[in-house]
Amino acid sequence: MNTNNAPQTLARKVGFIGDTRTVATRALKLLPRDSVEYIPAFFAGVITFLITVGALSNVADFTTIAIDYQSFQLPVGVLFAVTGLSRAYALVMDIQGGYFDRLVVSPINRWSILLGLMVADVVLVALLSTLMVVLGLLLGVEFATGFAGMVVFVLLCSGWALAFAGVPYAIALRTESPGAVGGSWVLAFPFLLLSTTFVPRDAMEGWLSAVAAWNPATYLLAGLRSLYLGWDGEALLQATAAVVALAAITFPVALVALKSRTKS
Amino acid sequence: MEPASDWLLSFSRPCGIPLRVLVRVYGFWVNAAISTSRLARTFGEQTAVDSVDLEVSAGEIYGFLGPNGAGKSTFVKMLCTLLRPSSGTAMVAGYDIATDATEVRLRIGVALQDAALDPKLTGRELLRLQGRIYGLSHRQATMRIESLSGLLEMAAIDNRVATYSGGMKRRLDLAAALIHSPQVVFLDEPTTGLDPESRAKVWDEIQRINAVDGVTVFLTTQYLDEAERLAHRVGIINAGRLVIEGTPDHLKREVGSEVINVRVRQGTEHAIAAVRDLPGVDDVQVMGDEIVVSVTAGSTTLAPVAVALDGCGADVVDLRLHAPTLDDVFFAATGGRFDEVGR
Repeated sequence: MNTNNAPQTLARKVGFIGDTRTVATRALKLLPRDSVEYIPAFFAGVITFLITVGALSNVADFTTIAIDYQSFQLPVGVLFAVTGLSRAYALVMDIQGGYFDRLVVSPINRWSILLGLMVADVVLVALLSTLMVVLGLLLGVEFATGFAGMVVFVLLCSGWALAFAGVPYAIALRTESPGAVGGSWVLAFPFLLLSTTFVPRDAMEGWLSAVAAWNPATYLLAGLRSLYLGWDGEALLQATAAVVALAAITFPVALVALKSRTKS
Repeated sequence: MEPASDWLLSFSRPCGIPLRVLVRVYGFWVNAAISTSRLARTFGEQTAVDSVDLEVSAGEIYGFLGPNGAGKSTFVKMLCTLLRPSSGTAMVAGYDIATDATEVRLRIGVALQDAALDPKLTGRELLRLQGRIYGLSHRQATMRIESLSGLLEMAAIDNRVATYSGGMKRRLDLAAALIHSPQVVFLDEPTTGLDPESRAKVWDEIQRINAVDGVTVFLTTQYLDEAERLAHRVGIINAGRLVIEGTPDHLKREVGSEVINVRVRQGTEHAIAAVRDLPGVDDVQVMGDEIVVSVTAGSTTLAPVAVALDGCGADVVDLRLHAPTLDDVFFAATGGRFDEVGR
């Protein structure tokens, strides 16, 4: 037995920001290696955009849409691509493979485990949203608000995707099931379909109009579409509020799931 | 030996001092790297760890031996702050696992039963990441990776972990547990499923970090030879309870200086009665068709035992004399064979 004094450990507390940066760095490093997890989602958005523009463009002729239909549908394509996109699947793999436990027995801040992944989510979603915007520009979409408007467009889409990501993260932490996480994007459907996805609000009738009025996606789409015409503070404020409202529901659910998993 | 918790409790109650505080003072006093007092964990109705008192001195390799399902992993998970105890207290590296979990985590390294790695990272990336989590600078991490090279396959360290063999993964997992130079290392069955070469490398590294760096090692294993080879002291856990502990030599001496194993097809009762009172026989235990006769001097007692068995009418199918093993210690303490209890 070695009776010398206990060795001096090299470990030190890194702090919340440092811990979040470490987790985010790993998640970002793995993004190119996990491309199979998000490329299909991106193409789903592109295909949705192209099909709806191709099949429903005459909707613009009998509604009050103030913009061309491809501009009207570009935010829909982006939201189909990015809603539900997250590193939740990677989190499930970490849990199943034991790496999550390795993090939990380290001095890392518990919230950083989730927030670091969310940083990578924002980067990924911003990248995919930008690609969709570029596609829209190539197809003739114009932003009266210019480059700044495009940046706001991408930021709002990223905020929405991040707010929704709380759902798959909560499912990942609660179920440890890749299947459940993979299927969680289905929960995006009510948001995306019961809204002004294909027609403007004033063309909706009955219960659909009532549901759309309570759907945060309606206000997000309105805010995104407003950027084609000029700066509309009220529309952008409502869009931001919709994102915050969604996050106010999903984040606590995800954080409670994280707390419960790390406090056994 | 009276468990420390008994007399700590006898102070705690009348003096109104919390047991947790007394355990901490006591652990500091005896220079304990790990000290538990009545530590227990239940899952619903099932008790996985039942009121375990244990002390591991700083610089010691402690082998925690038990069959499958004995409670070893649950005990380790509590000590490394992965599981909350249902009751009892524990101090690791001078800190309470319940109230100072972060301080404990800074001072421990953990390699759990299954290698906890990210298959999409390379070995070097994983170790660097692990270093960053523990606040190591790039230079410190590089030096630590270099110093752990005996454990790693340096030629493959820049390959993705997914391409590693089981042995390489296990050794990388151990290296990741050691990257920040912890004071106490918990190794949960570190060589289970390893090939002999990987097993030898892991054993060498465990002995090196203990002898050179003074790291306290808490090692769970279901391999008796591993505990015997590595551990300064061994604790045997069965059905959640610590049944016996001591140095391997001491434990084996308590069984007897030698052991005669007898297998009988029938007539077990007669066989026991025939050998129990023979001169030189210290103890006789039986489980199923196996009789374990602990003797002081095997060479002189073997013949009388054989003659007695022959004369009592028992149908003896096997008779062996050997030095006691930890399996015999386990048998003496629990009445079961290690492998059979595990199954």
